[in-house]
Amino acid sequence: MYSFEPTEEQRMLMEAIERYAKNDLREAAHDADETGELPGDLIEKGWEMGVLQASIPEEYGGFGERSAVTGVLAAETMGWGDLAGALAAMLPATYAMPILLGGTEKQKTELIPPVIEAEWKPFTTAFIEPVYDFYPGEMGTTAEKKGDGYELNGEKAYVIFADKAPSILVYAALNGQTQAFIVPAGAEGFVIGEREKLMGIGGLPCYRVRLNNLQLPLEARLGGEEGFDFVPVLASAQVAIAALAVGVSRAALDYALPYAKEREVWGVPIAQRQSIAFMLVEMAAEIEANRLLVWEAAWMLDQGKDVSKEAYLAFTGTTDMAMMVTDRAVQVLGGHGFIREHPVELWMRNGRGFSTFTGMAMV
Amino acid sequence: MISFEMPESIHKTRVLMETVAENMMRPMARYFDENEHEIPWDYINFMHQAMAQMGGSAITTQEDEKKERKGPRLGFQNLTFLVEMLSWGDTGIYLCTPGGGLGAAAVQAAGTAEHKKRFLARHQGEKPTFDAMALTESHAGSGMPAEVRTTAVRDGDEWILNGEKIFVTAGNKALVDSDGFVVIWATIDPSAGRAGVRPVVVEAGTPGCTVTKMEHKLGIRASDTVSILLQDCRVPFENLMGDPEVKEKKTEGAKGVHLTFDATRPIVAASAMGVARAALETIKQMLEEQGIEIRYGLPRSRLTNIEREIIDMETKLQATWLLTIKSMWMADERKENTIEASMCKFLAGDVVVDITQRAVELMGPLGYTRDYLLEKWFRDAKINDLYEGTGQINRLIVARRILDYSRHELS
Ligand SMILES: Cc1cc2nc3c(=O)[nH]c(=O)nc-3n(C[C@H](O)[C@H](O)[C@H](O)COP(=O)(O)OP(=O)(O)OC[C@H]3O[C@@H](n4cnc5c(N)ncnc54)[C@H](O)[C@@H]3O)c2cc1C
Repeated sequence: MYSFEPTEEQRMLMEAIERYAKNDLREAAHDADETGELPGDLIEKGWEMGVLQASIPEEYGGFGERSAVTGVLAAETMGWGDLAGALAAMLPATYAMPILLGGTEKQKTELIPPVIEAEWKPFTTAFIEPVYDFYPGEMGTTAEKKGDGYELNGEKAYVIFADKAPSILVYAALNGQTQAFIVPAGAEGFVIGEREKLMGIGGLPCYRVRLNNLQLPLEARLGGEEGFDFVPVLASAQVAIAALAVGVSRAALDYALPYAKEREVWGVPIAQRQSIAFMLVEMAAEIEANRLLVWEAAWMLDQGKDVSKEAYLAFTGTTDMAMMVTDRAVQVLGGHGFIREHPVELWMRNGRGFSTFTGMAMV
Repeated sequence: MISFEMPESIHKTRVLMETVAENMMRPMARYFDENEHEIPWDYINFMHQAMAQMGGSAITTQEDEKKERKGPRLGFQNLTFLVEMLSWGDTGIYLCTPGGGLGAAAVQAAGTAEHKKRFLARHQGEKPTFDAMALTESHAGSGMPAEVRTTAVRDGDEWILNGEKIFVTAGNKALVDSDGFVVIWATIDPSAGRAGVRPVVVEAGTPGCTVTKMEHKLGIRASDTVSILLQDCRVPFENLMGDPEVKEKKTEGAKGVHLTFDATRPIVAASAMGVARAALETIKQMLEEQGIEIRYGLPRSRLTNIEREIIDMETKLQATWLLTIKSMWMADERKENTIEASMCKFLAGDVVVDITQRAVELMGPLGYTRDYLLEKWFRDAKINDLYEGTGQINRLIVARRILDYSRHELS
């Protein structure tokens, strides 16, 4: 049967996350973007919502079962609050989820509980690379089997909290296949560079990282000798970004719409002009439709179906939508939209980033 | 629980309809495009039989509210998939499907149990019958129902209808080619505006009701679009659905219109989706024959233009299709779906026009030639952005809802 209704449990969780998104994430968003720093207790509070913990089975320290559907519902809501804060709070999932999906039993039992059973720690991921045509299926970073270990070389970008991470999941091409490796903090050859200066997500510390002849033992490879299947992991990453894009878009619409009813020009609220009203309607319709692409892909992930195409379409659709919606939100506010006192310009800056952000979140 | 599992019964409908669409509709599609006003009787008779075998009229969602149901309601969803598939076959021919068109939808929405029995039973008869719905008049389309000029005047136990309706889909099949009926929207009090408008059923053979013109069109040529003239046309008192009096002039008298459209707009969206899918699948196949494979998953900087276009079309198609399904799921769940119905309708109108015109462009001389159906789908597509409320009108409907404006505040 088709159904578009979250479960009671999901609804309750979303209500809690909504409150957090509204009272905490949204409140902190502006200053974090300006100062470059997210309050630590904000991230911890988001972590305590327990979205990741509920996705990890008991034997690995969690208290539930992985549900990509719950994950995208949560990601949308957090993204609605603030993208930088959401990415920070969700960060450990980029580390733990691929291990859950592709790790050996030993890796799962050893590596996941320290993430899950503690307060938030920036377990992170090195995924994106600083090239214009970055494609996750063909990583420029290489892993080579050398003796009884691997050697990694290359450059990574947008590595969130690289400076504070206890452990990093690094993606690299091994014989042309994208694989992942667990790299402990401080490993020799893991060189943390400058903090990235980005157009948006200003509160989120992201770093360049160089891998210079980084030597790793055989066990460092995710999934052991056989490696792991990158396809569902990439799909999870794409739907996570897609869900966040829906959230940011909804934030922009939710702000622009009441503004348009308030703001009068020649004595008439601008929302009573079709050119404004229709923009808002199209924003709303694109959000409604594209959200369903995300839900469908997430549902397919949970069903264990091959979702590579659907996840890609969801990613494509929502990233285009986020740009369209956030741009229009600024347009609806006119010159005021250009001023940083209003959040719409931040959403527009963040909105442009989604097409680049794959790998920075997972559900 | 959120789920995208296609129910078994819908799957069966799809498989069955795909056979019809592929083996019956596609081969005759060009012929009925080039021979406007000819009627695809083979298809009509086949569908009439098939639907009788499937147990009643598949094309409407007649459901007895009181009857106990096993499992969830699926009528509207089933119809959505059926219409999508038949339109994938051919929209014009699909519009000739007997046994329940817009007229039946209006009776479903506005009629009593008695009305439903009296007017809809004929569709289960031996011969195929049609129905139609006439709202539009020459002076106003989008302005309806507020600007209805066709009048219904009470005379004892009869109503006398006068006026002219235009652009009535299947009007000729309902009134001339079969023993069908037309639902005429008429005003019982011209001073009351929309509050005075009522749906009135006029059956085939009623004196004073004549088809005066058959239009020649850009597309969907297999479907007749006619003008209907009502000259002192008398119908029984009971043929008027809703309150026979205008109690309060301020109220929304023409509620049936709105209810009808909440159900039929997603159907138009589904129809649009079928055409869009046909065009997209066809060009993908034509490209494949040229050895071109669409590489999903690449960043845009690595895609060829053709790949990017196809991926973009596919994304828009799927998103809109899912919203269409959702709006009909809401209808089945008896949730108010006005917003979603209008949203999927205008998105679908945009998407189908966009996909079919791009398909023609991308295929160049092969897209523009009448050797293939691509150019025909482009012509057929446009109607979806026009009837059942233009794209603008459906945007207005959504706008008023999400902005909480009355029609006076936003028009
Ligand atoms: C093939 C075909 C089949 C049809 N079948 C039926 C049928 O079965 N029954 C029936 O009753 N009708 C039917 N119609 C009529 C159809 O619903 C109308 O044509 C449609 O509603 C538009 O009305 P109009 O043609 O009078 O255009 P107009 O109302 O004159 O509109 C012209 C343009 O103005 C725009 N516009 C109008 N009002 C506004 C506004 N307030 N704000 C912004 N823009 C606006 C419209 O979107 C459109 O772009 C059919 C039409 C066709 C072509």
